[in-house]
Order: sequence, then C-alpha cells, then structure tokens
Amino acid sequence: MENNNNEVVLLDLWASMFGMRVRIALAEKGVKYDYIEQDIWNKSDLLLQTNPVHKKVPVLIHKGKPICESLIAVQYIDEVWNDRSPLLPSDPYERSQARFWADYVDKKIYDLAKKVWARKGEEQEAGKKEFIEALQLLEAELGEKPFFGGDKFGFVDISLVTFYSWFYAVETIGNFSIESECPKFISWAKRCLQKESVSSTLPNSKRVYEFLLDAKKRLGIE
Amino acid sequence: MENNNEVVLLDLWASMFGMRVRIALAEKGIKYEYIEQDIWNKSDLLLQMNPVQKKVPVLIHKGKPICESLIAVQYIDEVWNDRSPLLPSDPYAKSQARFWADYVDKKIYDLAKKVWARKGEEQEAGKKEFIEALQLLEAELGDKPFFGGDKFGFVDISLVTFYSWFYAVETIGNFSIESECPKFISWAKRCLQKESVSSTLPNSERVYEFLLDAKKRLGIE
Repeated sequence: MENNNNEVVLLDLWASMFGMRVRIALAEKGVKYDYIEQDIWNKSDLLLQTNPVHKKVPVLIHKGKPICESLIAVQYIDEVWNDRSPLLPSDPYERSQARFWADYVDKKIYDLAKKVWARKGEEQEAGKKEFIEALQLLEAELGEKPFFGGDKFGFVDISLVTFYSWFYAVETIGNFSIESECPKFISWAKRCLQKESVSSTLPNSKRVYEFLLDAKKRLGIE
Repeated sequence: MENNNEVVLLDLWASMFGMRVRIALAEKGIKYEYIEQDIWNKSDLLLQMNPVQKKVPVLIHKGKPICESLIAVQYIDEVWNDRSPLLPSDPYAKSQARFWADYVDKKIYDLAKKVWARKGEEQEAGKKEFIEALQLLEAELGDKPFFGGDKFGFVDISLVTFYSWFYAVETIGNFSIESECPKFISWAKRCLQKESVSSTLPNSERVYEFLLDAKKRLGIE
C-alpha cells in the first residue's frame, strides 16, 4: 500500500511557506516522497513543464501527474490518503469554515508581510499595522481553542503556521516585535511546533532572514 | 425537504460571484430566499454574516453563513450530494477542477477590471492580458463540451458568470472578445442552454448600465 519514493515527488524551495504546507501534510500522513529542491531564480524545465500556468513552487507530482497550488495539493493529499490523520473536518459546514480561513490566510498574510519587508517609511508602517491586525483577527478566530480546527491540528493550522518561520525576518527588517502584539498567535505557533511534522519542516528563522535579504537584492528591492 | 428559510442568499444581481452560487443552487434544485443587497449601503445582516470580507455573496444555511463563492459552491455540492454532482469524484480530477476555478478567481476579475477601469496604454495592456487569459482557458477546454468533460461542472460555474460582463467590458474597452476567443464564446453559449445558467445570468446591457454607475460612484473616469 505504501508508495515507493518515485510515486510522490515534491518540487519545492526550502524557504517557501507554501511548500512547507505540503511537506507538513505529507509528514502528517506519513507519506514518503522524493523532494527535489528548485532554484527559483533559474527555473528548471521540470518545474516549467509541471506548472506552466503559474511557474511556481510547490508542485506535488503523484504518479506522474502534477497538482499545483499548495492548498489544493493539501486537500488532494487529505483525500487520497484518507485512511489516516484527517486534515480537514468531516462535517461540511466545518469544512467550509476551514476553507474560508485558509483562503483568508492565502489572500492576506503573504502580501501584508511583503508590505513590511519590501517597503520603507510610511508604507512600511502601514504594512506593519495591517499585518498585526490580520494576525489579531486570526487570534480572535482561534479563541481559546488549542488549534484552529479545535482539539486537533488541521488545515487552517497547516495553511498558517508556515509563515511563523518568516517572522524573525519580517520583525528584523520591520524593526518591530510580533510577539508583543500577538502573544496568543506565538503560543499557538509554538504549540504547533511541538508536532514532529511541523518542527521537522519549518526551516531555521535566521536562514530564512538571509534568504530574504538575498531575494531583496535579486529583486532590486532596497 | 427544505423550506425557504433554511437556505438564504445575500447577493447582488450583477455579481458574477453571486451568480456562481445561484447556478449551483439551481443545479441542485434547492429552494432558497434571495435577499438583494445594496453594496453601496451595506446592510447590518451582510456585515454581521460576513464581517471579515464584508462582501456578497453570503450563503446562509440553517442560520450559519458560508462566505466566498467557490467555498459556498463546494459546500452546496457536499451537503446536497445526492444529485447533480458539481465536482468530479476522482481526487485528481477534483484537484484540477479546483486549480482552474482558482485560476479564474485569481485572474479574470482583475484583468477585466484593468479594461473597464483604466485608459490608454494601461487599458491596452489590460485587453491583451485579458484575452490571453481567456485563450489559456480555451486551450484547457480543448475539444471538450465543458471544462469537466461531458458534464457542466465546477470550473464552468466559476467562469461562465463572467460572460454576462463581456458586453460591458467590450463596450468600454472598444474591442471584440468573440473575434479573439470564438471557442470561449461558443462554450459560454453552450452553458447558456442550461436552465440554471440562462435563468441566472442577467441581461448584458443592464450589467453595462450597472458598471457605468459603479464607475461614477467609485470615481473612475
């Protein structure tokens, strides 16, 4: 029943918070896979062939067929390996709410974080404020629950916790403390990190900071 | 099985996002209460049911809101799962349906807006990118009658609603979509043969009037 390494392949970048989501999902399900590191500054033929529309990582490839977009790949993993560790709720209403909040993370968090690390002056200050507000909205949604889905780590947690590995970089560039404004968010993230799938996936925060400084140079951002 | 109060839809007649939910409900034969929203003067009910995005459509089932049109369509498909499936049952086919509906969500509205909200070179660039996106979708459709194959489904629902805005976009942008994307138009007309689609999509000239009014209110020339 268990696959061999070639059956599941992941094209990814170690620092991608989107790719990390797929890695966490695969780890939660105990699925072995072939990880192929991508150079996003010099995209491989395989990447361009398997994701011609967006040309981005991550790309999950199962039995030779690509699945692009991290949240779509995570749902695919949950549906194919449906005999263990469910990632989405079984109740349709709860499932719709999990999708809603993962979609909110997708629509907001990357762009707001980018406003902090890619801008300066007033624009950066506005970005910091909006970023904190978005995290505080998520804190309110979490409430007193250990995880977004309740007692169990699930889809929304997976969609969001990967950004935690970028917090040091964003705080350092933006010169502010996320923990002082969003302590509940940080304690939720640390709770997630107690899980092997998360701690083995999230990269070292300082390495991410170095990556981001290098990315800014390459993109011509001061 | 359902009475009218059990399913409620907060929507705007011209919203291509709301239309997706209306088509899905029609495909499933679900009776519901439709409550027209004034998006220029948002109701307490809308703000209460969608405090995060404050947008239409909002599907309300047994008093509980589901926001974001594609999430609502998937919810409808999963709850009323005894008839007219909207998504494929095969996980891989389902992932591809979600991918293309997501592509529509990420691209089509913003590219159309570049055409109707900008002028000069920006508008010309918008027209080009908009046509390219439609041509990519034409290539994905290929020779299939619908995006899912033989049956009308999730990707068709996510996309066909934009067809009701084409006249407005063509008129403002002064170009013909059909001349560049004839396959797209014939696919859209094939969808319109379905009662759920033809009874949902509004009159194109009404949409054009709506858009001209919206531009005035938003201060867009």
